[in-house]
Amino acid sequence: MIPVGFAYERPSSVDGALALLAEHGEEASVMAGGHSLLPVMKLRLAAPELIIDISKLSELSYVKVDGDEVAIGAGTRHSTVERSDVLAAESPLLAGVARTVGDPQVRHRGTIGGSLAHADPASDLPAAVLALGGTVVLRSPRGTRSVPITEFFTGVFSTAKEPDELLVEIRVPRTGGAGWAYEKFTRRANDWAIVGVAVVDGRVGLVNMGQTPLRATATEEALAGGASIADAAALADQGTEPPEDLAGTKEYRRHLARVLTRRALTTAAGG
Amino acid sequence: MTVKVEITVNGESTSADVEPRLLLAHYLRDQLGLKDTNVGCDTTSCGACTVLLDGESIKSCTVLAVQADQQSVTTMEGLSTDSDNLHPVPAAFRAEHGLQCGFCTPGMVMAAVSLLEENPKPTEKQVREGLEGNLCRCTGYHNIVRAVLAASGQDPDKAEGSEPDMVAPGFSTGSGA
Ligand SMILES: Cc1cc2nc3c(=O)[nH]c(=O)nc-3n(C[C@H](O)[C@H](O)[C@H](O)COP(=O)(O)OP(=O)(O)OC[C@H]3O[C@@H](n4cnc5c(N)ncnc54)[C@H](O)[C@@H]3O)c2cc1C
Ligand code: FES
Ligand code: FES
Repeated sequence: MIPVGFAYERPSSVDGALALLAEHGEEASVMAGGHSLLPVMKLRLAAPELIIDISKLSELSYVKVDGDEVAIGAGTRHSTVERSDVLAAESPLLAGVARTVGDPQVRHRGTIGGSLAHADPASDLPAAVLALGGTVVLRSPRGTRSVPITEFFTGVFSTAKEPDELLVEIRVPRTGGAGWAYEKFTRRANDWAIVGVAVVDGRVGLVNMGQTPLRATATEEALAGGASIADAAALADQGTEPPEDLAGTKEYRRHLARVLTRRALTTAAGG
Repeated sequence: MTVKVEITVNGESTSADVEPRLLLAHYLRDQLGLKDTNVGCDTTSCGACTVLLDGESIKSCTVLAVQADQQSVTTMEGLSTDSDNLHPVPAAFRAEHGLQCGFCTPGMVMAAVSLLEENPKPTEKQVREGLEGNLCRCTGYHNIVRAVLAASGQDPDKAEGSEPDMVAPGFSTGSGA
């Protein structure tokens, strides 16, 4: 399958990319790893007139401790997140979740920024950043702003990012030794999650349980109020609107969310 | 619109004016005539098109040739000098009968080279997980896994039972604390 023809620019800096975005607006698409964008272009479900290739911008690829947070460049590939010593020590949930994305070839190309900007509710990393209570940093010629992850996802494939903005950084709190777990339920290796549950430090992020990644707030509140893991996990599907498709009915997904939350909380508690 | 690309392929510089939409797989097969790299699913699922980009496995049906500009690509053709001097990975595939029809083989071999680069002594489970992006329509996985273990210098019969130190990512990951 061959995409519709497009023009191609490879700016040598973030500023160059921002200038191109400002000039071309919604006719242009930024391409990072291309592992969500190129497949939809090959299916001709998307046909941008201009591709702005940011895959070689090394200034967007880093993982570093910054105060009480870890800052991750938006262009950092899943394989780097997966193996980062900084993340292993400071935010092991993120490294553990990155390890479950696709397969090694996909992880060698796909980026954390692309995964968040694409905002597929079935993706793993958005729910992990949500469970961590992170922030995304967006830049445009108008300036730089930080958006809490709780306000970033606005719907299926849609976010609070404006068309002239580039996602430049993801910031997550240093959770260090706090218990964490990721339960990703699939039928086959290499599949997307039918449901996924990310737990860290008493917070719970849900994959594929609604239009956006969600926090299991009823579970979190019950835990904070001293409820047992079993009782808190039984509330994990409250307030969710899971999709229904070949992989499972809504009811099946609700059941999975409760069971996987119990497992993840148990693992995170060291059980 | 065409864009000039310069890609080092199997150690040799190549260059062409290409349409930005040209896939790396087609650059290798059609522009350079390197037909070891197969296109199977064309949807990033089967891994038949796997090559190394700067030493790391990628699926060349999902990378634009322009994105590989100024980088280096290794295909199966670039591994061995000739059929009497096979690179250790294809040599092990031959010795362990790690192929049947052979369609998935170049992709499997390139994925295995990348896997062993990152993890020179993998357990049997790590080999299976490391190859999860590659499908064998002949379902010859057993001998493929043995071949990769053998290529890593391990005795596949002994490594078979080695203790898995990772839970299958498809189902669960470990925990911290
Ligand atoms: C076979 C396969 C299996 C997969 N399995 C999984 C899986 O199990 N779990 C999972 O979570 N994901 C999975 N993915 C998706 C993968 O993680 C993608 O890499 C990721 O979703 C997108 O990252 P990218 O860098 O490739 O983004 P791209 O495809 O380059 O871009 C995606 C979108 O984000 C925009 N964008 C990218 N970067 C930026 C930026 N810095 N600023 C603003 N906008 C930006 C692009 O314009 C585009 O709209 C899979 C993909 C494939 C092909
Ligand atoms: S042809 Fe590229 S993954 Fe199947
Ligand atoms: S040997 Fe036939 S597809 Fe693998």
